[in-house]
Amino acid sequence: MKHRTFFWFILPSLAAMILFIALPTVSVAIQSLFVEHEQVMVEVENCGPFKCETVLQVDTEATAVLQEEAPLGRFNGLRTYANRKHLAFEQVGVAWDETETFGAFFSELLNLPFYKALIFTLTYTFVVTPLVVVFGLGVALAVNRVPSLLKGPTIFVSLLPMIVTPLVGALIIFWMVDADGIIGATLQRIFNDPNLSLKASTPLTWIMLIVYGIWSSTPFSFIVFYAGLQTVPKETLEAAKIDGATRWQAVRFVVVPYMMPLVVFITLMQLMDNFRMLEPILAFQASAKATSLSYIIYNDLRGGDIPQFGSAGASSIMTIIGVAILLTPVLIRTWRDFNRKRA
Amino acid sequence: MSTSVADRRSKGLIWFTTSFVVLWIFIAAGPFIWTLWGSFKVQPDFFSKTDWTNAIYGVLTKAETGSAFTSAGYQGAWVEQEFWRNSINTAIVVFFTVVISLTLGTLGGYALARSGYRYAFWLLMLALVFRAMPHMTLVSGYLLPFFEWNIWGRLSTTIIVLVAINQPFTLWMLHSFFLNIPKDMDESAMVDGCTRFQAFRHVIIPVMWPGVITTGLFSFLLAYNDFAIGAVLLSSENQTMVPKINSFLGTVRETGDVMFAVAAAVSALVPLFFLILFFQRQIVSGLTAGAVKG
Repeated sequence: MKHRTFFWFILPSLAAMILFIALPTVSVAIQSLFVEHEQVMVEVENCGPFKCETVLQVDTEATAVLQEEAPLGRFNGLRTYANRKHLAFEQVGVAWDETETFGAFFSELLNLPFYKALIFTLTYTFVVTPLVVVFGLGVALAVNRVPSLLKGPTIFVSLLPMIVTPLVGALIIFWMVDADGIIGATLQRIFNDPNLSLKASTPLTWIMLIVYGIWSSTPFSFIVFYAGLQTVPKETLEAAKIDGATRWQAVRFVVVPYMMPLVVFITLMQLMDNFRMLEPILAFQASAKATSLSYIIYNDLRGGDIPQFGSAGASSIMTIIGVAILLTPVLIRTWRDFNRKRA
Repeated sequence: MSTSVADRRSKGLIWFTTSFVVLWIFIAAGPFIWTLWGSFKVQPDFFSKTDWTNAIYGVLTKAETGSAFTSAGYQGAWVEQEFWRNSINTAIVVFFTVVISLTLGTLGGYALARSGYRYAFWLLMLALVFRAMPHMTLVSGYLLPFFEWNIWGRLSTTIIVLVAINQPFTLWMLHSFFLNIPKDMDESAMVDGCTRFQAFRHVIIPVMWPGVITTGLFSFLLAYNDFAIGAVLLSSENQTMVPKINSFLGTVRETGDVMFAVAAAVSALVPLFFLILFFQRQIVSGLTAGAVKG
């Protein structure tokens, strides 16, 4: 295809991506260097019936004018990144000096909003992703062996948790595990503890969110593996059996290697999707025990009356850096493959 | 040949796998059936402290309303809380997002599939990076400019943003579908004197529909399921369904009408259910299209 034609064909799509994906990244970076204006205070003389006193008041007009002149706020350099809500160098230093064990230092870190979000996001991503791959493969191997009458309905219901709106799916699970829900109430009865609540403890909240993550993503990996299983050559499997391989060995040494490209694909997709998790935290009302990077940005923008653009910007930039680190191995790999194909 | 060696299997294994699959079906579908059934009960039944079977038989629902089923939750959500407004907003946003992203995506995906140059590969890689961007980080970049230009809170803004966020995925998917359409088709049309665009218009468009429909399904899901963008970019009167359900959660905690939120959530599930019912094959083929071909 000629360069010119290519350009006109790709232009609308590329323009949309540059305008609404690339430029906002720049805009976020600029925002993160500024903080909101301080409110302009004026001294007002307040005269009561007995005496006059001067009080400080917010000059709304002057504040609005200031806001109008410089909507970004005051230039703050990299200080937003260093403050307590983000990288919190000072607090981390103090915690490092004052705590004796690594565990104590770690629990100090969990009190800092950014580290709390980062640690949970990473835990969630790196626990859910491998488990989704394993469970998906397990379900696919099992479904592949059941009578074909069961296969259609299985695929049908498996699609439900996957394509359901994440917020709605998380709510459905939350309503079941909440203290009054069927699972929550049953657990209370089993442990004979009427105050048992999954929401009240940090480890249980984390487990609950991770279980939700596995529930909602396993169908995706199941479907992909199931389709992959249909393409495994029967002859190779049969040859392995004739050579005396047990069923387990056949799976381990024939099927799994054949599935490796799919494992890479699912892992990549899951890393991207799990890293941005937001809705389950809102649905489970878990923000006191677990937050994610997306959640702290959302909270800066929608949590209070005034959106905190500077703070949200700094969190966003650090999230983007996180995504870049996650993607680097994949990009390097693809680049090598691409060069090998060309050579 | 009745059974090959690879197919021969023991009875025990069949039992094990079948029960495993049944368990999986239960885990996957159970919560949906439970919530659908419970959405027709009153709150003390669905969230029953005393006995979970209340939610099945609707003991308190019968005591309160005279029948084992009540549509009070739906009434409250759709009429009292005007959930129908949000569903109309969702319909508008989803329709235009799907149509526009498919239009841009087919043009771009076709170009990427037919260009053998190195930059096409790099554009696809760039799209992959864009695909990985958490939506929340982008949204925080939109907010300030949109406030300044006074386009915040409108449905049209949200549609454009969703189209853009959809593009990386749409491009990848349509690109791989166009790779499957033989190059000879449009090239022979061009030999016969068509321009590139005419070849696209008269030769490619008639045969591309299966791929476009599959991609459209996924664009639909992205727009329909979106929370981050709608919640931040839409004013409360223009809200779509998913952000509205989230704001229900805040208000019902005060009024105690959790069943409104349950009914709204179940209502939001209905279109998805029919989507799977009619398009199961396309969804499965779409999921695997990207994977199997790498």
